[in-house]
Amino acid sequence: MGAGHAHRLYRHGHSPVHALPPHTKLAATFAFVVVVVSTPREAMWAFGLYAVLLASVAYAAGVPAGFLLKRLLIEVPFVAFAVLMPFVAEGERIEVLGLSLSVNGLWGAWNVLAKGTLGVAASVLLASTTELRELLLGLQRLKLPPLLVQIASFMIRYGDVITDEMRRMRIARESRGFEARGVKHWGVLAKSAGALFIRSYERGERVHLAMVSRGYAGSMPVIDEVTASRAQWSYAFALPFAALVVCVLGWTL
Amino acid sequence: MDPVTASLEVSGLAFAYPDGHQALFGVDFAVARGERVALLGPNGAGKTTLVLHLNGILSGGTGSVKVAGLPVGRRHMAEIRRRVGIVFQDPDDQLFMPSVREDVAFGPAAAGVKEAELEERVDRALARVGMAEFRDRPPHHLSFGQRRRVAVATVLAMEPEILVLDEPSSNLDPASRRELADILRSLDVTVLMVTHDLPYALELCPRSLILSDGTIAADGPTGELLSDDALMRAHRLELPFGFDPRSVTMGA
Amino acid sequence: MHVPDGFINAPVSAATGVVAAGAVALSLRGARRELDERTAPLAGLVAAFIFAVQMLNFPVAAGTSGHLLGGALAAILVGPFTGVLCVSVVLLMQGILFADGGLTALGVNITDMAIVTTVVAYAVFRGLVKILPRTRRSVTVASFAAALLSVPAAALAFTFLYAVGGTTDVAIGKVATAMIGVHVLIGLGEAAITALTVGAVIAVRPDLVYGARGLQQKLKLRVNGELVDAPDAQTVPVAARSHRKVWITGLAASLVLAGFVSFYASANPDGLEKVAADKGIDQRTKEHANSDSPLADYGVRDIEDARLSGGLAGVIGVGVTVVAGSAVFWTVRRRRTDDTSPTSTSV
Repeated sequence: MGAGHAHRLYRHGHSPVHALPPHTKLAATFAFVVVVVSTPREAMWAFGLYAVLLASVAYAAGVPAGFLLKRLLIEVPFVAFAVLMPFVAEGERIEVLGLSLSVNGLWGAWNVLAKGTLGVAASVLLASTTELRELLLGLQRLKLPPLLVQIASFMIRYGDVITDEMRRMRIARESRGFEARGVKHWGVLAKSAGALFIRSYERGERVHLAMVSRGYAGSMPVIDEVTASRAQWSYAFALPFAALVVCVLGWTL
Repeated sequence: MDPVTASLEVSGLAFAYPDGHQALFGVDFAVARGERVALLGPNGAGKTTLVLHLNGILSGGTGSVKVAGLPVGRRHMAEIRRRVGIVFQDPDDQLFMPSVREDVAFGPAAAGVKEAELEERVDRALARVGMAEFRDRPPHHLSFGQRRRVAVATVLAMEPEILVLDEPSSNLDPASRRELADILRSLDVTVLMVTHDLPYALELCPRSLILSDGTIAADGPTGELLSDDALMRAHRLELPFGFDPRSVTMGA
Repeated sequence: MHVPDGFINAPVSAATGVVAAGAVALSLRGARRELDERTAPLAGLVAAFIFAVQMLNFPVAAGTSGHLLGGALAAILVGPFTGVLCVSVVLLMQGILFADGGLTALGVNITDMAIVTTVVAYAVFRGLVKILPRTRRSVTVASFAAALLSVPAAALAFTFLYAVGGTTDVAIGKVATAMIGVHVLIGLGEAAITALTVGAVIAVRPDLVYGARGLQQKLKLRVNGELVDAPDAQTVPVAARSHRKVWITGLAASLVLAGFVSFYASANPDGLEKVAADKGIDQRTKEHANSDSPLADYGVRDIEDARLSGGLAGVIGVGVTVVAGSAVFWTVRRRRTDDTSPTSTSV
């Protein structure tokens, strides 16, 4: 489950989407997804419109379609669940290609696939147009507890360092002829995991020492602030607002 | 108070860890403003313990430490930590912010410097170590030597009285070593350098202290100390193959 | 499994969002109480560790491999509050940075994968450590059991959330059996890896294992040429011993009664119902609000055999009560600050 997470989604660019303040983008993406999720599943055309909206954002941001589609592969596990649904759901059944499928299940599968995919696409667009540092600043501006943002910041800063140490340990193991092939080798792998924990913790203590040596007294100093103008908010919220119109139409038509 | 206050004054410093291990048995020395002094000694001599006393991270033993006249203690801790800039051995421990700029800004920002003045300090510090164009990069995009230099900048931005460096030349390739040496020579701040790299000490520091078994075993001109074979052997200090301190003309 | 957007309906997503926010807020306070001003760097590094270790490949056989979830490991190594915090941060960042898990499903994902696993694991761990002898081996064994139960517990929580807020009508019994069945197997893997890792850390730095506090060797000082015990930094509460026995008997008894005895309980209406029927009062009883829940009528819906159904419901009921009760107990209990690490430095 944790396997595909190492690749950051950020793509460098100079588009108007890249230039928007991060907290506006975070809020707009979240609002968009909320609207999508609130749309009735029967209004299939609405989801098509949402996809068009996202495509236009991708175009404005200079994010190529191939990149976006490749990243959608992360949702493969729940696609499997969605495919299973028409077979196991309750309710009246209809015949499709000789198979007895539940109507409710088919609607459910469509619901999960459409909303889930749109959600992933929106997230990918957000992550690919916003730098890491900016995302954290944006979260902080949206009133996420500062301590939480700091912890996330350290996690991201040292994620690569720790992963590197893990890689070096693997190389050291393999250089001594060890090859993990089955459950019986778990003891060795767990020892590496244990050593990794100790190293990580000790590094955390050293980082704290370095912070203290530079005057840290319990709360992080404020170095950057993000602000957004009314125009920027409007530009960012164009997406969820358009989606909202579609959603309302979806409910009323 | 005498007109030229020493940058650093350590008197009778003794310390034992909670597990009972005593690391310092009475350390006395002083460093004048503008001096560059090397702190030499074998592993386990107590060098790191001594360094951690200089900015009050360790305390609870006997003796005193004064930085430009100000005693190290609870009362002036923030000011002490501004005056004493420690550059630790692993730059990754010191560069903990998402970008170079924020790391260098961390120290002064913690001391209350804001906005325009903060940016100025950051730019000045980065310029002094020659890393101005890496301002907005994340630390893991830099080479090890570059990270070392940025680590020095993070401390310089606080405009310290004394710069304490823990093994500054370790893991650096010869070119990076030279670059760092040039930077250190160009600074007008007091320098205390803990090092195993004896040629580096000879190149940069006119004076050296040898810390052994928790006390100062020798204090004098670096060239003389390194030329004293008996002294070196007594404290497990060895010169690199082929290096003759007597034949080196001082660059410092 | 990271839940995507649209999988769980809006009210339940919002409700779990509130639960998750509350739990994270609580954990922030708890972690700060334990780690003080070292919270940000230490929790961050531990979160980075969990993030990295989730990527560690544990080969099973023939190309398949297992991965750690980490909730139990986090709880045992750094305590429940910091544990919840770290896994939540990992999930939050996975959702935002890697689009893994829907943004609107963050509440569900954090509740299910961070909170339930960590709380259940820690509760089981503490419970077992109280009963078992005070040795390092007990810590490892307790870690195994804690991790083993935490994974199916998360599956159960997921099933519950799906039953209450799933957007499709799939028979809850089928979902439950499938999810829990698979996750019991996964739990075995998680348990083994967790136990081995905790064992590895304890062997080298037992002072770093939160769950092993109190197992450290007594510090001895040389005074006037003799070895003397160092004074204890913490006071052991006098009543601690007697609690252990009460715990075991209580837990065992509840499980026996709920599970086995109810298995054989009479299918006849109980006293109150019989009276109501005889007197004709029951005609006017209204359907209880939760009568549609999967556990209504003291049975698990869709499990045909009434007795098995009753027994299972009883066990689940006790389990949930124990977990919920322990969770409340631990958050309310006053925390002792103790720092017996020999390498601690005063700042």
